[in-house]
Amino acid sequence: MKLKKLSAPALLLLPAFVVLAAVIVLPLLFSFYSSFTPFRLTKPETLWVFVGLRNYVTVLSNAEFWVAFGRTVLLLTVALNAEMLLGLGLALLVNKATHGQRLLRTAMMFPMMFSPVLVGFQFKFLFNDNIGFVNNALQSLGLTDQAIPWLIDGNLALLSIIIAEVWSSTAVFAILILAGLLAMPKDPVEAAHVDGCTPWQTFRYVTWPYLMPFAFIAMTIRSLDVARAYDIVKIMTDGGPAKRTELLWTLVGRTAYADARMGLANAMAYVAILLSIVFTVYFFRKLAAARQQIGAEW
Amino acid sequence: MAPVTLRKLVKRYGALEVVHGIDLEVKDREFIALVGPSGCGKSTTLRMIAGLEDVSDGAIEIGGHKVNDLPPRARNISMVFQSYALYPHMTVAENMGFSLKIAGRKPDEIKARVDEAAAILDLGHLLERRPSQLSGGQRQRVAMGRAIVRQPDVFLFDEPLSNLDAKLRTQVRTEIKKLHARMQATMIYVTHDQVEAMTLSDRIVIMRDGYIEQVGTPEEVFQRPATKFVAGFIGSPPMNMDEVIVENGALVFASGIRLPIPPRFAKSLRPGQKVTFGLRPDDIYPSGHGLHAGDPAAVHEIELPVSITEPLGNETLVFIQFNGRDWVSRMLNPRPLASGEKVRMSFDLSRAHLFDIDTGKALEG
Ligand SMILES: Nc1ncnc2c1ncn2[C@@H]1O[C@H](COP(=O)(O)OP(=O)(O)OP(=O)(O)O)[C@@H](O)[C@H]1O
Ligand SMILES: [Mg+2]
Repeated sequence: MKLKKLSAPALLLLPAFVVLAAVIVLPLLFSFYSSFTPFRLTKPETLWVFVGLRNYVTVLSNAEFWVAFGRTVLLLTVALNAEMLLGLGLALLVNKATHGQRLLRTAMMFPMMFSPVLVGFQFKFLFNDNIGFVNNALQSLGLTDQAIPWLIDGNLALLSIIIAEVWSSTAVFAILILAGLLAMPKDPVEAAHVDGCTPWQTFRYVTWPYLMPFAFIAMTIRSLDVARAYDIVKIMTDGGPAKRTELLWTLVGRTAYADARMGLANAMAYVAILLSIVFTVYFFRKLAAARQQIGAEW
Repeated sequence: MAPVTLRKLVKRYGALEVVHGIDLEVKDREFIALVGPSGCGKSTTLRMIAGLEDVSDGAIEIGGHKVNDLPPRARNISMVFQSYALYPHMTVAENMGFSLKIAGRKPDEIKARVDEAAAILDLGHLLERRPSQLSGGQRQRVAMGRAIVRQPDVFLFDEPLSNLDAKLRTQVRTEIKKLHARMQATMIYVTHDQVEAMTLSDRIVIMRDGYIEQVGTPEEVFQRPATKFVAGFIGSPPMNMDEVIVENGALVFASGIRLPIPPRFAKSLRPGQKVTFGLRPDDIYPSGHGLHAGDPAAVHEIELPVSITEPLGNETLVFIQFNGRDWVSRMLNPRPLASGEKVRMSFDLSRAHLFDIDTGKALEG
């Protein structure tokens, strides 16, 4: 009759706790545990061999892992900066529109409505060196007479992936920054005009400080997104050519399923998550500072 | 030298015209107050002068040059906004020094001028705070300081004192007056507080529904209002007004009360003519208790019942029942008056105003 002792609220919350434990906490604990074993999917009995930190040592001393790690950070940096600049530009333009602003706002969100897998397929087709639209257009315009091996050259492949990422997610920045612009009080801007600012100075000293928190929110969201980039890369290049576009999570996926080394893959995943946490904390700090700067009341 | 001239200035928002071709000449170093009821176009006019709103038609000249197409930064103006419009991410000192920084002035000079303005406005202890850490009145003073620091040719104020409490309002009002004497700048000041307008300005512009009703010195608009609207707008409590018909030598009210025709209008009125009669509270008083000695020849006495009295300390407002309404009278040397008590009231008709019943224009005597 132990149940009797639980209070009504606890009793009512119990199912939720049970479900959460079953689908989140237990798998998490299990994966964490397995990162300390040489677990292979093909050899279930290896799950019970405890090897301590050996997987982590392997991961951290593995050049392939660090290359993928570095490439992910590179992708993150380039894509986020490009998205922010483009999103800012888009938001400023849409904010200037006097007619059809709603329509533009909706149109701006279209890329976000596609699943990343579809975006991957779409860009895989666009960048195809034989039948792709990009090469076709470049050749028709006479800009080049050769087919550019977009997805076959290692550097171009990463660039292609960045373009796909940017295309699909610039809207996140554009929409958040536009929200900032719409919420921004008009009169500090007018005061700046009267105080002698050119349009650029007005933007630099008044508008931008106000928009910064919104940009950092978008940064936080997108850094989490890009740090776990998987689907677009998987479809477009599958980490190739010759692993030149291998990112953290494609590497984790390959280690786990192609090589079947689940324990090692889980160790990688936990290291990778650290990366996300570091970025999130960094952007949250920036966000808090920027909010304090403008005396935001939200 | 920065006179400001408006020529046939029009503002339209789409099909809606809100300022209808107003003309105004503000002299160099003049202090002009724009007053009028809410929505009459004061802010719109001010914002056109500042360059924050496009001019739909007509012209604005500052210092003799047409500025219609110049951006605000090229007009050498300062503006104090009704909503403060401070930069939220800058400290008080940075807010005040911002225009100088943009103009490329040296940090020492900026600091000196900010400190000077801060001293005038008693902001010295707040210089390192941000606007969000200030009270409404403090923010308003910072906005004022930001305008002062620039030393522009023309100051534009949009109800700068509306958020201050009565004491601070009087204090800052005095500061503005001193400021005007010191700065030698043209000032255009929007307010709907007529005390501010009367005490501060060289001339007052009374606006209504996008038109200018009258331009004149405080004394002119008070003593000789050009229209019925101005008469009702300037002066507190407002002028007592009612319709009368001219009948053989007398003005007859609807209730049958008759007043002799004020001497200065004796020649200009026709029998049967309908006009609006107006008399300020100062010019009606319980006999012997007036604020000023009326012209004995023009004082007319009537016995009237008192509704209520409102003592104000140095004087008392007496509401009397006249022609079915409460008319306000102002008296000195209060003596206890009971509601319903009948009192002999003196009407100083030498100070009466008559307005055309259709156009509202003041009749010349
Ligand atoms: N952006 C706008 N679009 C359409 N109409 C406007 C716009 N701005 C102002 N108006 C109209 O113009 C008229 C004048 O407005 P304005 O702000 O100049 O009034 P105001 O005299 O300053 O009033 P207040 O004393 O309340 O500040 C008002 O009727 C207002 O509704
Ligand atoms: Mg206004």
